[in-house]
Amino acid sequence: MREVAIVAFAQSDHRPDTADVSEVELLLPVLRRVLDDVGLTTGGIGFTCSGSSDYLAGRAFSFTMALDGVGAWPPISESHVEMDGAWALYEAWTKLLTEEADTALVYSCGKSSPGNLREVLTRQLDPYYLAPLWPDSVSLAALQAQALIDAGETDEHALAGVAARARTAAEDNPHAQLAGSAEPARLLDAPYLVRPLRRHDCPPIGDGAAAVVLAAGDTARRLCRRPAWIRGLDHRVEPHALGVRDLTRSPSTRLAAERAGAFDSPVDTAELHAPFTSQEVILRRALRLGEDVRVSPSGGAQAANPMMAAGLIRLGEAAAAIHRGGSDRALAHATSGPCLQQNLVAVLEGDPQ
Amino acid sequence: MTPASSSEALRAPLVVEFPFTRSLGPVQSAFLTGLRERTVLGVRTTDGRVLVPPVEYDPVTADELRDLVQVAPTGTVTTWAWNPSPSRGQPLATPFAWVLVRLDGAGTALLHALDAPGPRAVHTGMRVRIRWASARTGAITDIACFEPDPDQPAATGEPAPHSGEFTDPVRGIVAPARLDYTYAPGRAQTRFLAALAGRRTVGERCPSCRKVYVPPRGACPTCGVATAEQVEVGPHGTVTTFCIVNIKAKNLDIEVPYVYAHIALDGAGLALHGRIAGIPYDQVRMGLRVAPVWTEDGRYPDHYRPTGEPDADYDTYKELL
Repeated sequence: MREVAIVAFAQSDHRPDTADVSEVELLLPVLRRVLDDVGLTTGGIGFTCSGSSDYLAGRAFSFTMALDGVGAWPPISESHVEMDGAWALYEAWTKLLTEEADTALVYSCGKSSPGNLREVLTRQLDPYYLAPLWPDSVSLAALQAQALIDAGETDEHALAGVAARARTAAEDNPHAQLAGSAEPARLLDAPYLVRPLRRHDCPPIGDGAAAVVLAAGDTARRLCRRPAWIRGLDHRVEPHALGVRDLTRSPSTRLAAERAGAFDSPVDTAELHAPFTSQEVILRRALRLGEDVRVSPSGGAQAANPMMAAGLIRLGEAAAAIHRGGSDRALAHATSGPCLQQNLVAVLEGDPQ
Repeated sequence: MTPASSSEALRAPLVVEFPFTRSLGPVQSAFLTGLRERTVLGVRTTDGRVLVPPVEYDPVTADELRDLVQVAPTGTVTTWAWNPSPSRGQPLATPFAWVLVRLDGAGTALLHALDAPGPRAVHTGMRVRIRWASARTGAITDIACFEPDPDQPAATGEPAPHSGEFTDPVRGIVAPARLDYTYAPGRAQTRFLAALAGRRTVGERCPSCRKVYVPPRGACPTCGVATAEQVEVGPHGTVTTFCIVNIKAKNLDIEVPYVYAHIALDGAGLALHGRIAGIPYDQVRMGLRVAPVWTEDGRYPDHYRPTGEPDADYDTYKELL
């Protein structure tokens, strides 16, 4: 099979509110950085794919405005997914595998600030049995966390430890929206947001953008000193009805990881898209991550969770660790939907150093 | 739009509201009609599990499911979350617990609200029963919520088969949805709108191809680079193409027929659109020179009128069609 790699990654600084800029204005500097990194212009890119959501923007076809940022004239080969950019990357990867292009630009952008994110996300639920009840995203995650606590898999103190670790790690991430944390015991003094979740168990709500460049074979070697080769990439979904699922498990993550080859040999780094602390507990087990694996050294989605970009950022962060020589074999995970409904896993490798 | 207090960026409320009308298949129709009649139906899978709420296809095997059974209005909480501050549209206005409830006879759990005095009164495994809404229409909200029912033992035995037939079955639901946003147009459009309020039209020039975009959106869609240099264009312009509108739009106080045109303002690299007035509709033509007309308190031109200048030569605007 053709070799495809992530050769460049850029992201915005993630902020709670970016009302001063439009989506394309938020995205442009990120696109500029990622293309400059590999010395390409938008006209030199073989395929472009993006991820975003009209429900975040509150406007139909909002992604078409962001297209202004990639120079869509003369006509380019372009596609869009109404999902996190991680799934746009999946589409671009298949495009490169089929040899229809040698390079791809993948970007995603999400501004949560225009609306009430917890309410907006109810609109992705089953419209017959769930959406009419307006169960917000934090409440659904809280149901999952309680199930995990009842099963004896974690407790509130352990979850505070997850939050503290992530946000302490984020102190080294200049793009993070939240960095630094009080001691786990102190975090438990805060009131519940939706019991059993406190604010520290939940991701920050914010705006941000990210972009990566993919390239195949020798093109990748030419564009990047140490390409992050995509050795496997798979995504799986579970039933949308929450009451059908065992919320303490993530079989879709396990299966996607198996199909991506994650268990064929050990990884040294894992970037997890676990917006809620309890979800990191579930994902670590689904992915069989031992204590020796560096988990979300960027701080992960608990430090910055720009909707539609946070999953792509996990792929980008994992790739960047390989580019820097800080990782040889990394796993990246992205999720979408309530309670880890959809999960994507990628395995990235660098050439021997 | 009003200027924000902390920055010059414009912001305005934006409400997106829509009554989603959805049709139901045979299983969902039976389930929701059943709720109207205080009857809870599940569907039996080919391997014998009972799904409540029921679906038309097995989420595991994808088998088509039609084998309806009636389950109890009582059940057991399988997980819960205490919601101290209910928001608009949620089942209860006072603090409540979100619960997944496995109704007696069912193998899966249903999401709803539990009315309880506080989180101490809620635990996984507690017994609950349905509180029916007084007015029921055939919707998931016909279950007003659950309420504690500690003395009710779990019903045993197989759920009874049910035909799923009711008089006057519910065939569809209308699910109103409203989301409130604060729209902010960003730097380029804020500058454009601010200039318009001063009766000036400002475009932005691409540093690469030199084209002037009106209205500007902050990026050149041809070159994919940021536009920053502001350029005042107009006020006069040229009609590049037009159409005659014979359909009277709802809530629009304009007599038909009227003319809607693309207008290339002098100095602009592309045409914007506007209404042409002050001239009989059948005398509007390509090349006609026009100027904007503002109403007294308008923040943008109400329409464009002829200036009386000679028509523009075709070659001067052919690239802007």
